[in-house]
Amino acid sequence: MFRDRTNAIATVAFVAGLLYWSFRFLNWAVVNAIWALPQDAGSNLCRVAQREGACWAAVHERFRFILLGSYPFDQQWRPTVASLLFISLYAVSTLRSFWRPWLLALWIGVPGAAVLLLRGGFLGLSRVPNEFWGGLPLTFVLSTVGFSAAFPLGVALALGRLSRLPAIRVLCVAYIEVIRGVPIVTFLFMAAVMFPLFMPQNFTVDKLLRAQVAFVMVIAAYLAEVIRAGLQAVPKGQYEAAASMGLTFWPTTILITLPQALRITIPGLVNTFISIFKDTSLVAVIGLFDLLGTAKAVLVDPKWIGFAVEVYFFVACVYFVFSFAVSQYSQYLERTLTARTLH
Amino acid sequence: MPIQPRHERTPRLNPSATRSALRIVHASDRASEAQQRTWPERNHRLWNNPRFRAILLQTIVVAIVCAFFALVAMQTASNLRTRSIASGFHFLGRAAGFEISPGPLPYSSRDSYARALAVGLGNTLRVSLLGILLATALGLLIGVARLSKIWVISTLASAYVEIVRNTPLLLQLLFWYSLSQVLPSPAHALRPLPGIFLCVRGLFVPSLTWDGGLLWIGAALLAFMILMLFVLIRSRRRREQMGQGLPTTRLLVGLATVLLSAAVLIGHPRITAERPALMGFNFHGGMSISPEFAALLIGLSTYTAAFIGETIRGGMLAIDRGQTEAAAALGLSRVKILRLVVLPQAIRVIVPPTTSQFLNLTKNSSLAVAIGYPDLISITNTTLNQTGQAIEAIALAMFVYLAISLAISLAMSLYGDRLVPLRPARCNP
Amino acid sequence: METAAQAQNRSSSTTPTLDGVRRKDFVQCGVTTGAGGFSAPDAKGEWRGMDVDICRAIAAAVLGDATKVRFTPLTAAQRFTALQSGEIDVLSRITTITFQRDVQLGIEFPAVNWYDGTSFIVHKALNIKSAKELDGATICVSPGTTNEVDVSDYFRKNNLKFTPVVIERMEDGTNAYFAGRCDAFAQDQSNLAAVRARAPIPSDHVVLPEVISKAPYGPGVMPNDLRWMEIVRWSVYAMIDAEEMGLSSKTIDQALTSDDPNLQRFVGKSGGFGAMLGVNSDWAFQIVKQVGNYGESYDRNIKPLGIERGINRLWKDGGILYVPDLR
Repeated sequence: MFRDRTNAIATVAFVAGLLYWSFRFLNWAVVNAIWALPQDAGSNLCRVAQREGACWAAVHERFRFILLGSYPFDQQWRPTVASLLFISLYAVSTLRSFWRPWLLALWIGVPGAAVLLLRGGFLGLSRVPNEFWGGLPLTFVLSTVGFSAAFPLGVALALGRLSRLPAIRVLCVAYIEVIRGVPIVTFLFMAAVMFPLFMPQNFTVDKLLRAQVAFVMVIAAYLAEVIRAGLQAVPKGQYEAAASMGLTFWPTTILITLPQALRITIPGLVNTFISIFKDTSLVAVIGLFDLLGTAKAVLVDPKWIGFAVEVYFFVACVYFVFSFAVSQYSQYLERTLTARTLH
Repeated sequence: MPIQPRHERTPRLNPSATRSALRIVHASDRASEAQQRTWPERNHRLWNNPRFRAILLQTIVVAIVCAFFALVAMQTASNLRTRSIASGFHFLGRAAGFEISPGPLPYSSRDSYARALAVGLGNTLRVSLLGILLATALGLLIGVARLSKIWVISTLASAYVEIVRNTPLLLQLLFWYSLSQVLPSPAHALRPLPGIFLCVRGLFVPSLTWDGGLLWIGAALLAFMILMLFVLIRSRRRREQMGQGLPTTRLLVGLATVLLSAAVLIGHPRITAERPALMGFNFHGGMSISPEFAALLIGLSTYTAAFIGETIRGGMLAIDRGQTEAAAALGLSRVKILRLVVLPQAIRVIVPPTTSQFLNLTKNSSLAVAIGYPDLISITNTTLNQTGQAIEAIALAMFVYLAISLAISLAMSLYGDRLVPLRPARCNP
Repeated sequence: METAAQAQNRSSSTTPTLDGVRRKDFVQCGVTTGAGGFSAPDAKGEWRGMDVDICRAIAAAVLGDATKVRFTPLTAAQRFTALQSGEIDVLSRITTITFQRDVQLGIEFPAVNWYDGTSFIVHKALNIKSAKELDGATICVSPGTTNEVDVSDYFRKNNLKFTPVVIERMEDGTNAYFAGRCDAFAQDQSNLAAVRARAPIPSDHVVLPEVISKAPYGPGVMPNDLRWMEIVRWSVYAMIDAEEMGLSSKTIDQALTSDDPNLQRFVGKSGGFGAMLGVNSDWAFQIVKQVGNYGESYDRNIKPLGIERGINRLWKDGGILYVPDLR
């Protein structure tokens, strides 16, 4: 009885508080909000109403820049198509019936096609240098190309870490531990500032490629740990059966161990992909204009100084939609895959 | 480590011994001797020896890696020379020449780069430690809230976790910082409590200074510790003999009160509270928390707390329901069940992922560079841009972070080792 | 694809930057992330400003086309590393020439193109008329700038105290100042007019009269290419000389048919200066024709912001711009 009463009182108190704050929030976000301003008007209307109402006009007027960066206006169908390509790649990968070896080829082909589309320079498409790429397509490019390129490296590192050859094991462990023990921002700075010092005199590498290489190095280390857990989870009986059939190390690994290990770690791989997707926002620190970078650039415009909350809220929603969808899928996978592997 | 099949292309037999054995058995069988001579010759034997292959492979790999590093090092050295960029760590002794937003450690632009980096490190450690404490506390709250039977609380906690985990940390930090920028100016500061001011320059709280009577307080502390040990030992002995110990909690609280009051009465310490006051441009006196520090701390803590909350919830759920039911059948109250049965078992599951969350928090504190808080990475960035010596500066920062990561991992693994003896011995086939 | 001989030449070349610029067919110019009047993108995304004009002049001299420039926005903290690593060919980014940068960092500054100094912008509500009243104030500064050092030295010399708020990017610093995070913002005086223009309510801010330091700006290059350094120097001098000789983008065509030996040397009809510099003989002509002279650059970029030319006038007009003639 006592418990039910506490339960009831607590529920009532919380619901009351929740309703009050929701009411105030909705008042700010919807009722008193300014959704759009006339074309060339200043932002004075918004400033006057700043405390009471949100200025969604900031997002409304600049949402093309936030989402697509400073890509040439008339060519903006290209980054849109590239983004749709990426989204369909993710969607296709979720369907179990498509889990065949040629899916790996798709993960290399689609990012490559998207990058080519953004770059242009063929079939009458104008060449757009990558200083102008930005927003959501850039986030997709960094995360997907990074993931695809880092995957083979991560597998190699995981295998190397479990190797019985001490030199290889030490090298792999050193690589993985150093990269995982250091903030990702440090690697981005390293890429931005140190890579040019490593290159021969006249060999300039543009900033995007440098950031991409840094990401690949980092993602490979994190993937290696996830794949290693999977390799260690493959039942010992599998190895023994393979040995009894006379298979040496490499055929066992390629035909038996790796496929099972990868299947076990698929939820882990998906979670790693979500983290990478969010971590691409760090390139804003070295001056690349991914989704977060474009948001910051909008807030530097004198017209929209001080409306940071609205702009960041919009960007947060975009990230949230993608992340949440993928994480729900990952949880679904965990439920169904473990049910299948238990015997 | 998986079992590697020791498969060789030639059988591992000692040929000469076999030959002599066979000679004895088939003394007149020339055909068998001829058959034995078709075994692989001596120079293949080395190649087929797995140990040799292993050493060869490792040597090749190490050689390739060394060659790669040597190539890069040579190219870098040549580039540094042509661009007349200095090398070495001599720059650490030179005057830094740039300011750092004021913090706990005193610093002026005439101090050396080494001191500037030390200040940065101090700031990183400060925000990391406080962040870890706050995140753990908040995470515990969130974890328990998610397991609550009250639907509203558990849903709110779930919503919090989902929102915080699915948005980038940098975005959250920028959000908190931009919130701080809409606070009013010092002249119109908010006053949530008397003596506490909240404005765009930061949070200003009164500070307490303790004056005198320290000796007596120290003596009281020492006496308390000795008496506490005494009480605990007596209580344990009594429990062993009579089945019920002394009421330790009440005894210790009483002792603490008596000793503290005695120390205060005899020592006469003067406690002065310093209130912040607006003089001229800013608040002076009291303690201040800059908006950058506050934004970083709040952002890091709320982000990591969501992950820790999930870990704690997972740990609690991992405990078999049978344990709780058995403990309830024994008549233990809910609090006792939690304290004596669930928590000790759950902690073993919770500690490793929580350690990695602490490590993540420390690494994530490097994002301070984006909101202008002078942590180690921020100061390293300024240093390398002032001196041009990018390699030394970044190498230093990486080394420091690796040391911190190692320290935290070590501390947590020692704590984990302490729990290992409690695990029952397993019969492993 | 280049031949082996060309590659051989490249690695042992004494003019690596110039060769690189010729090969890529554009000049990579390091600029600010947005400082009105000196280097800022306009509404269409085109870069405009006095520092931008210097880069365009160099491109006109070397490649014959002032549009062959690509811009790399850099923060104050990043600028020198970008130059030293070879990411940019020339740093034209309101960089003050100091001993430390010239000698310690090893960067060469061939010429001065603007004379300035550090000053403050304050909130009008604070009712401050002079920098000496800023005792105890909170001041926003950018790390790694001469402004920062100037402010520290000034306050120390006058026995005043201040609390620094160190923010790396100028836009973030400006936003922090507008939000009230600091009482004053220390920047070069010419920048402050642009800062004020960007304020939500410009009349709420006042630029203080004191200029507390000397700050000569000039483009910066690496010391490993003497020829490139000379080209940069004489591109700047050409623009100033052109104004002194009365040549503008509109009147330079007439100089082609002039008898005056000075004008003939300038447009490249005699003297062979272009060849000595390693560029086309009409290099100075192209600079003035496509970019304009110093005065035109000022009128186009800085005058609309309401910043006086002050000591940046020609020496015969009472300023201190006194550069060698093209002779």
